[in-house]
Amino acid sequence: MDYVTFFALALPLIFVATMVIVHPSPVYSALFLVMTLFLLAVYFLFLEAHLVAVLQIIVYAGAIMVLFLFVIMLLNLQAEPREQQRRGVHRAALIGGGVLAIELFVLLRRLPTGDTPDRALPPGFGTVQALSERLFTDFLLPFEITSILLLVAMVGAVVLAKRQG
Amino acid sequence: MADFAITFVLTLMVLLMVLNLGGVLLWVERKGSAVLQDRIGANRAAIFGKLPFNLGIINTLVADPIKLFTKENFVPQGADKLLHTLAPIIALLPVLVTFIAIPFGDVLVIGDRVINLQAASLNVGLLYIVAMVSLGVYGVVLGGWASNNRWALLGGIRGAAQMISYEIPMGLSLVAVVMTFGSLDLQDIARAQGHLIGGWIPAWGILYQPLAFLIFMVAGIAESKRVPFDLPEAESELISGYFTEYSGAKQATFMLVDFIESIIVAGLVTAMFFGGWQVPFLLRDGFHCPWGSVISLPSVVVALLQVGSFTLKVLFFCWLQIMIRWTLPRFRYDQLMNLSWKGLIPLSLGNVVITALLIFLL
Amino acid sequence: MVPVSYHLILSGILFTIGVIGVLLRRNTIIIFMAIELMLNAVNLSFVALAHHLGSVDGQLIVLFVMAVAAAEAAVGLAIILLVFRGRETINADELNLMRW
Repeated sequence: MDYVTFFALALPLIFVATMVIVHPSPVYSALFLVMTLFLLAVYFLFLEAHLVAVLQIIVYAGAIMVLFLFVIMLLNLQAEPREQQRRGVHRAALIGGGVLAIELFVLLRRLPTGDTPDRALPPGFGTVQALSERLFTDFLLPFEITSILLLVAMVGAVVLAKRQG
Repeated sequence: MADFAITFVLTLMVLLMVLNLGGVLLWVERKGSAVLQDRIGANRAAIFGKLPFNLGIINTLVADPIKLFTKENFVPQGADKLLHTLAPIIALLPVLVTFIAIPFGDVLVIGDRVINLQAASLNVGLLYIVAMVSLGVYGVVLGGWASNNRWALLGGIRGAAQMISYEIPMGLSLVAVVMTFGSLDLQDIARAQGHLIGGWIPAWGILYQPLAFLIFMVAGIAESKRVPFDLPEAESELISGYFTEYSGAKQATFMLVDFIESIIVAGLVTAMFFGGWQVPFLLRDGFHCPWGSVISLPSVVVALLQVGSFTLKVLFFCWLQIMIRWTLPRFRYDQLMNLSWKGLIPLSLGNVVITALLIFLL
Repeated sequence: MVPVSYHLILSGILFTIGVIGVLLRRNTIIIFMAIELMLNAVNLSFVALAHHLGSVDGQLIVLFVMAVAAAEAAVGLAIILLVFRGRETINADELNLMRW
């Protein structure tokens, strides 16, 4: 990934992510989040993560965000006027966020891997074959536990959302 | 540079083929339904009063588009202008880019360059197609929401629920196919169907996975919201469901999306279950008949034969979907959801288990 | 080639935007979306480090994070639906039954 691609993806990403939390209408926030997920999927493609990029679109942009849009439309949430906050919450949130940003910036620049050059990627990096070889041998237990987790979540969601009686 | 030009030409070809076939299918639907229902169909627009002999081509392919594109382009009062205009575009873009992963021929040898007749040879080809199909839900949901019309919203929510319910059996039947052929790239799957069983029968996917074919066909028709699964756009009940408030070019876009989705289902069924571009007994250098004689042909002729065979198969499955549309009555909504969750999903899961057992034992 | 710290800093910025979103907005669904943004920022840093170290394990962890995010979104949105049915609001300031 060269510098031009990086900035061509990173700047729209930051803009769209900011619009997610700033726009007053929930439907537009959800659509901006879908755009963020798309830009991230393209970013993953440039980082040689093909399967992860496609799965990001199938799972996140194609299923989770549809769920969000469903709920927003079922509850019929309209664009809200400027939210009334207690005094100083805006300032506190921005100051807290700024402090976190500076901390992360300092930390991430000083990681031990920061200056070493990238290692050469093995052939077939990020393809289905490479990931599945690792997934079904070393990561088998997390895989099975994840499937049980999804089953529990499904049962929980159905039980919670059922109308009583 | 040459690689880029080749990919560009292939992508352009695929795009033009798909758009043209969408228009042709509109005519086939109009005239085919008329023939099936023992009537003449649309035949008022003709050249010199008679041509082209009641086929209705001018009516459907010339008069209708002119009418649709010159209608007033309005946004209903109180609806979100940006979303109302954006919804047809969001519906159209994913289905147009799906076809680049579907192969329409084996290889074309020009000089010393071997061109793979597939616009994009992706390692995760089938998953890419599933991803683009699952993005089609946004067009429906936004179309219903942006209309400021509660019946359109209901149609949109029902349509989206139907689409996400039928994505699951579609994906699960694809899992069984991928297990049989061992690759997610459709070109590999098409090539793997070239060898002969017992020297005579071409090893097409339907012989290995008949149940997956049926499940995929049903789920694909339901996914593109065609009859008998077209309650979201029930033409006799909800006017047009989620695209009631759209007229003119936007409605034309939604209808085009409908046809292109059925082309995608036909293309996938051919590629996975009917050999894709395979002609029986045709290899890269000519016909190898099982009784021993070999007819060798130049590679361009072989490529043309393969592309022709692919086109014929896709046309056949599109025609089949149109015939099914005009034959069967419509499902009720709860019957539709029951069929998916209580019928197709257990069947496709069972199919995956049986396939796994057979692969393990044989 | 962009050094890996660029990817990590971008991931940090996205994470911070998510945190500001959670602190700033009162609409519960938008808080949820900010949480998804944070999860995606973490996914980005995992993929960037997998690319840097040449190991596929980072991408596998992303798979698990996505599965967990899906499960959490499903259950969370079901809870939001229930709360709306009972209280007719999803403004986080007004959902204060458990406050002292």
